[in-house]
Amino acid sequence: MIEGRGLTKRYGSKVAVHQLTFDVRPGVVTGFLGPNGSGKSTTMRMVMGLDAPDEGRVTVNGRPYHDLPWPLHEVGALLEARAIHPGRSARAHLWMLAQTNAIARRRVDEVLEIVGLTSVAGQRVGKYSLGMGQRLGIAAALLGDPGVLLFDEPVNGLDPDGIRWVRNLLKGLAREGRTVFVSSHLMSEMALTADEVVIIGKGRLIAQVSTEELISQSSQRFVRVRSPGIAALRDALERDGATTVSEDDGSLSVRGPDATAIGELAARIPVTLHELSPQSASLEEAFMELTEDSVEYHGDVTPPAARAGSGGG
Amino acid sequence: MSEVEVRAGAPGAAPPRPASLSGHYAMRGLVASEWTKLRTVRSTMWTLAITIVLGIGLGALATAETRAHWTASNQVGFDATRTSLIGVFFGQFSIGILGVLVMSAEYGTGTIRATFAAAPRRPRVLVAKAAVFGAVALAVSEVVAFVAYFLGQSLLSAPAIHTTIGSPGALRAVAGSGLYLCALGLFALGLAAIIRHTAGAISAFIGILLVLPIIVSALPSSIGIDIERFLPAHIGQSMLSLHPGIRSFAPWPGFLLLCGYALAALVAGAVLLVRRDA
Ligand SMILES: Nc1ncnc2c1ncn2[C@@H]1O[C@H](COP(=O)(O)OP(=O)(O)OP(=O)(O)O)[C@@H](O)[C@H]1O
Ligand SMILES: [Mg+2]
Repeated sequence: MIEGRGLTKRYGSKVAVHQLTFDVRPGVVTGFLGPNGSGKSTTMRMVMGLDAPDEGRVTVNGRPYHDLPWPLHEVGALLEARAIHPGRSARAHLWMLAQTNAIARRRVDEVLEIVGLTSVAGQRVGKYSLGMGQRLGIAAALLGDPGVLLFDEPVNGLDPDGIRWVRNLLKGLAREGRTVFVSSHLMSEMALTADEVVIIGKGRLIAQVSTEELISQSSQRFVRVRSPGIAALRDALERDGATTVSEDDGSLSVRGPDATAIGELAARIPVTLHELSPQSASLEEAFMELTEDSVEYHGDVTPPAARAGSGGG
Repeated sequence: MSEVEVRAGAPGAAPPRPASLSGHYAMRGLVASEWTKLRTVRSTMWTLAITIVLGIGLGALATAETRAHWTASNQVGFDATRTSLIGVFFGQFSIGILGVLVMSAEYGTGTIRATFAAAPRRPRVLVAKAAVFGAVALAVSEVVAFVAYFLGQSLLSAPAIHTTIGSPGALRAVAGSGLYLCALGLFALGLAAIIRHTAGAISAFIGILLVLPIIVSALPSSIGIDIERFLPAHIGQSMLSLHPGIRSFAPWPGFLLLCGYALAALVAGAVLLVRRDA
């Protein structure tokens, strides 16, 4: 169990996390979602007692991290990949961590086996690929067999096989009754892994909901229309107050009227319809919609022409 | 790999803390961990090897040269003990660099976060580091000092004069040079805890040893002479000499002062470790 209450963190004049209150429960995977720079890593560092909050408090199993008598037996974390001395071997890295918390030597070999690094455990970490480094970080998190686990972007640098492996690992850990808190800026990844999501933008809590609820609550429902007379239909729909977007594939996305209303309007014009299909937004879109106003760094990649002509492209 | 087994045991129940663990993570574990850290990176081997080679080699070179060009006039003011320990003045840089790296490498590589997550009471980590590094530095430095001394004295064969370990002040100077290196290394460790960057901490350390004396010597002599004896390098000179200058601190008070510097740096480092984000 992780409980954050009114967590605030400032770096100089920059507010990285603002009044963040959230709960991470045992037995489920809780996703921690937010755009780049929204404060996910900062929050995780505060949970781990590495960064001190300016306001508020956070506890793990009811205690501030600092007061845990055997931290590695209660909490395990993968914070950033590669936060490991490149000159040390994987086994030496895990062993020096194990020694601090009276963890048996055979547990080091166990976690190396779990993450599949046994055959390279004696190599210097500097020679590891990104994915191997990530696996070593996961091994370190599992070292003390903790009931609470934090993973900051664990699938970074992993291939599809590795991503699937992490997904199964996280689900397995939650099924064993552990508290699993995993950050990502990819909603699609979380949709497959998380049972619940904590969503933040610009350091503020946007929502803490179950993944299902998030999808069903999304207001981003629209109808996709294809028609040889698409221009006439679009004009008629817009006269009736609908919002339309011409997609690259020639279809028209219509928000406002439902499929029945659009079908009847088409019959009155009349135009032939080749497609009339209600769409619900993907999780990615639901996420984008929620965080729209709180994206820290906008990448301006849309060509000006496409933006100006969004209604008639 | 569809099902990942992390722990043998019944699913559905959060793993409790092992019943065998009582109390709190302890100093013993932190010291063992620091020892593992120290012996599993190459920089330890390199800095210690350089300390040994310079410490013994330069002493041998200096004494052999002195013997080869020996004239009776050499005798005036000749300190055979100190000549054989000349390498210690070079060893202080490599020992200091190791002291810095013990702390700063963790910041440079990000390992510090794993370290503090495993042991959130940060001053304890610094104490464990100081204990392990201090013990290794002392052992290596004393071996270097005694080997350099005996080798140097044997090279200073007649007609050159040499001392024996029983000569007045000789044992104190030899053992003292090992203590000097150890205390200086701990001072460097404290500096690194304050500064956290390898390059910055090494610059500060070398600046204090080499640049500070130059600045002080440029001061008006009425002020400079009073300040000079407080400098770590000057204390080292006094500890290694059979007959320290009259304006210097005597060897043991000088050593205590040096230990005070190391302690002050470590305490300041500990306070900052607690105050600052990792
Ligand atoms: N140590 C620091 N010093 C100064 N500013 C910081 C520091 N750490 C984070 N920040 C700032 O705080 C904000 C939140 O950063 P954080 O790394 O927590 O975001 P994030 O959600 O993890 O982003 P990403 O998805 O890119 O990993 C950013 O604007 C960042 O620039
Ligand atoms: Mg981050």
